[in-house]
Amino acid sequence: MSHNAHENAQVVTYVLRLADDALVLGHRLSEWTSRAPFLEEDLALTNVALDFVGRARMYYQYAAELTGDGATEDTFAYTRDAREFSNLLLCELPRGDFAFSVVRQFLYDAYALPFLRELKSSCDQRLAGIAAKAEKESTYHLRRGKEWVLRLGDGTAESHQRMRQALNDLWGYTNELFEVDALEESLIAEGIAVDPRTIRDEWHQTVASVLTEATLPVPESSWTVQGGRTGYHTESLGYLLAELQFMQRAYPGLRW
Amino acid sequence: MPSADLIPLLPEEELARRTRRADSAHPELWTILDAVMDPEIPVITLYELGVLQDVYLDGDVVHLVMTPTYIGCPAMGVMEEDARAALAEAGYTMVTVEMRLAPAWTTAWLTPESRRKMAEYGVAAPSGENIQCPQCSSEAVVVISEFGSTACKALYRCQSCSEPFDLFKAI
Repeated sequence: MSHNAHENAQVVTYVLRLADDALVLGHRLSEWTSRAPFLEEDLALTNVALDFVGRARMYYQYAAELTGDGATEDTFAYTRDAREFSNLLLCELPRGDFAFSVVRQFLYDAYALPFLRELKSSCDQRLAGIAAKAEKESTYHLRRGKEWVLRLGDGTAESHQRMRQALNDLWGYTNELFEVDALEESLIAEGIAVDPRTIRDEWHQTVASVLTEATLPVPESSWTVQGGRTGYHTESLGYLLAELQFMQRAYPGLRW
Repeated sequence: MPSADLIPLLPEEELARRTRRADSAHPELWTILDAVMDPEIPVITLYELGVLQDVYLDGDVVHLVMTPTYIGCPAMGVMEEDARAALAEAGYTMVTVEMRLAPAWTTAWLTPESRRKMAEYGVAAPSGENIQCPQCSSEAVVVISEFGSTACKALYRCQSCSEPFDLFKAI
């Protein structure tokens, strides 16, 4: 479909949100490379990271085409500062211990799967195509994540305690997954964007049933933080970008 | 009388792809690309893998349409380079490559022939339920890891012959 100029700018903003989520979470996952508990898990986390970075590239390439003016995927990934990134805060939090990364990934994948299923019916064909591809991968990610939550939640006293801690530390960041602003309202009305409020019950059901099976209590919502979509981030995003963008900042336009 | 369920049905988009090849005005382009193998499973061609979606000539320019197996698959870059190299060797130097996401690639497009070649190479072919050890055909297998050496594979071990093996994941 073709968009008019105003709508075009809105779609770019929306696509960048999806792209930033994928890049930032993919980068956090990639930090486990050579640091995972054992070799097979190292390979698995690296592969999941690749899925997310690949997803980010598809979204950034689309945003670049809509933007024109010589923009490329790298323009968005490497030359924007933290205030211009619009990822969910959940995605940027430091990787923490293994339990923290497992819980974060599980909470996100339980959201990503129904989200992508809905995005598949977007009237924006490009977004629908990316979603159809990514949905297959997320099905796999979620299945793997459930197994880890069960194993660690219903594992040793130490693993159980760490999973509980991670859940409590992360829970307040999940509300942001379902927030909708005026821009998204208008894209939802046009059939382009997903309305995340419609998948909240499903997300909660998936999460609650797995946590219960893993003998982990479902946290109460006692606090909430948001701001990622408007560029208000935790301090950890700056450090992440410092590492991610270093080469392009030091040697602009570098290629190899 | 055998049930109709036993007849393997070709997915619609796979039929469309084969028809594009059969009806191609430039079948030689497809033949050239039959020499290009999957870098990770070098017994399967890009066409057999389903990655090569279309190739056609527009004036002097060859248009190549590919679809990625996995979005983040690093082998896609190698496949594109190898395809360009094969075309260049045959005299086609002006080539554009389009990465098409829809219809999304699926292992359902793999032919029985491709699955057999894959198993002979040592990679268990994707299947709905019964996973067979590519070494001894035993179905007594256990999963070691949901991800193997690449995004498209999972790591298994055969309990009959004790050999570990890669499974090409069904997606």
